[in-house]
Amino acid sequence: MTLYVNGIGTLGPGLAGWAESRAVLAGENPWCEVATPEPSASVLPPNEQRRSSMTVRWALHVAQEAMQQADADAREVVSVFASSDGETGVLDRLCTELAMPQRTISPTLFHHSVHNAASGYWGIATASQQSSTVLACYDSSFCAALLEAAAYVHIEERPVLLVAYDLPPPPPLYAARPLRGGFAAALLLTRTPASNKLAQLDLALSNDLSEKATSMDDARLEALRTGNQAARSLPLLAAIARQRRTLVRLEYLEDQHLLIRVLPC
Amino acid sequence: MAQGLVDEHTEENESQLAEDRRQAVPQIQPVGARVMAPLILTRYTVVSALGKGLDETYRALRNRRSGLRPCDFEDVGITTYIGRVDDLEDVFVGGGSASTELEQFDCRNNRLALLGIQQDGFIQAAIEARERYGAHRVAVILGSSTSGILETEHAYCHRDPATGALPSSYLTSHRYTHNMFSSAHFVRTYLGLRGPAMVISTACSSSAKAFATAARFIEAGFCDAAVVGGVDSLCLTILYGFASLGLMSSGPCRPSDEDRDGLTLGESAGFALLEKSEHADRPGAVALLGYGESCDVYHMSHPHPEGTGAIRAMQAALLRSGLTSRDIDYIHLHGTATKANDSIEDTAVHSVFGPSTPCSSTKGWTGHTLGAAGVTGAVIAAMCLTRSFVPGTLNTTRIDPNLSSHVLLENREQPVRLVLSNSFGFGGNNCSLLFWTV
Repeated sequence: MTLYVNGIGTLGPGLAGWAESRAVLAGENPWCEVATPEPSASVLPPNEQRRSSMTVRWALHVAQEAMQQADADAREVVSVFASSDGETGVLDRLCTELAMPQRTISPTLFHHSVHNAASGYWGIATASQQSSTVLACYDSSFCAALLEAAAYVHIEERPVLLVAYDLPPPPPLYAARPLRGGFAAALLLTRTPASNKLAQLDLALSNDLSEKATSMDDARLEALRTGNQAARSLPLLAAIARQRRTLVRLEYLEDQHLLIRVLPC
Repeated sequence: MAQGLVDEHTEENESQLAEDRRQAVPQIQPVGARVMAPLILTRYTVVSALGKGLDETYRALRNRRSGLRPCDFEDVGITTYIGRVDDLEDVFVGGGSASTELEQFDCRNNRLALLGIQQDGFIQAAIEARERYGAHRVAVILGSSTSGILETEHAYCHRDPATGALPSSYLTSHRYTHNMFSSAHFVRTYLGLRGPAMVISTACSSSAKAFATAARFIEAGFCDAAVVGGVDSLCLTILYGFASLGLMSSGPCRPSDEDRDGLTLGESAGFALLEKSEHADRPGAVALLGYGESCDVYHMSHPHPEGTGAIRAMQAALLRSGLTSRDIDYIHLHGTATKANDSIEDTAVHSVFGPSTPCSSTKGWTGHTLGAAGVTGAVIAAMCLTRSFVPGTLNTTRIDPNLSSHVLLENREQPVRLVLSNSFGFGGNNCSLLFWTV
């Protein structure tokens, strides 16, 4: 199954934006593990920026970058959001309140707690009425989202915006799910090549696990990759950055690999 | 930068990729028409406050026996009704040779999921599908809105007074209970399935969208069959959350009633085994004929006042089935019984179907089961088709005169061939499903 990447957004330590990430992942610049800048998520109206969670702002920030790069119209684009753990910051506050005798939770806190908060805010920001799916598949969430996006691109014949994101939970939840660092990545995918395409992807599922999934050479980037489902996109992003014909293997749970042949454009 | 990303354009790798594809993924055929090939619901079941499995559910619907009762969930001090599933406290998550692995999934949400797959021979049907296609070729795609959050709520009541740490038993079980993927992880582990899996979490449309994703995965060749459905169970988050929004009725909900004053929360688990028709076609079988998805985000917890997204979802489902609105015999409404939802859904239904297509909400029986509402509606739709039956509306005495669709109050016994079922969620996320009897 073939699809095209027309826009990429990234946010992570030393990987803020595709221009910076591309140069690092292509080996042109060294990776400096600096703190990630605050996402602007300027696609949201200022009052919604204030109200929305940090997780939502990370997701929308990379979504916006990929859309702008692809020069795509959000009203025509289906979205697939992938997060393993969702709004852990909000859930921490919610569960703290629920553990108090009076159990008073605010309506705002409640409707910010849903797993599809980022998708909802994307809809508010863009007024898009296209389908939006929000999915979770633990450490394979990015991989599951890529399959969902590919199926959508082919069968519904629509451009798809894939947004994968997760932030480390606050304590005490962090001890239950110690995500190593925040990361978010977005891809704008289409069925036919656009003039500004970045790469062609050929996808296939395989049950053959005799080869290892593609990892990162740099041990610190590899730690980022394994520490956050959204950063499991790094080998794919690196292949796109290098502009070389490459076969990337992503782990889909413990049972399958998603093989992605990346062809430069 | 990444290992293994040397130029792999060698004949060996090419042939390996081609071989992998032959073994694992049939090449997708170009899809010219937008009409989908029907997918058969080889087996389906539901557990809700109405009972366990199809027969108990049907009897409750037929006899107009509601599953709603005054709230007796834990120590919740809210004056409301709930649709609680009995006996979940006694379900044992485990058993068999993989018992130790399965026991770590134990939580209310997965107990409800287990009770679900134990009904109507569903486990056996899934095992047969696994044997027919291979474990890697059967997907598990479920919907949930809050997963096993109740475990986290409990854990927060037992934090270490000195450090604030959560109990260590919770820390190790979090992945298997509260994490959003937990229900699909549990079900595929229980059934020994190794195909694509995910949990869709788009609030109240979650398990309806699971059907749409599964249909695409089958058509794309990512799998040959899929266990679809969803599970959502009662928890403090939703009870206190909906109370904070002022959307909960103090009594049993009254969909479409002129004096309706909010929803009643419930819990349910529903499952269907979806397969291509050439493998499962038989007279009387129920098929998924269309699906439509849309968004109409207006506010996170308030649908668009003109129902534009709902209209779009229903029209997309019709388009995918190749049918027109005149073909539909009955519409199973989302019908949560809040002032706004019922009124906006009515506007949308009327604009697509006009004033004569019969429609009703079954929330007066089951309560609103959130992420599991989509599959609960799907299974009720399937029962309408196979049992020549259409439910009316329960607890409602006078239909809101401002509603313009043909809302049924009384049950009907009549043949039904095509049913549309609506699920509209928080964050303006909509999904309509269309079912048919072969």
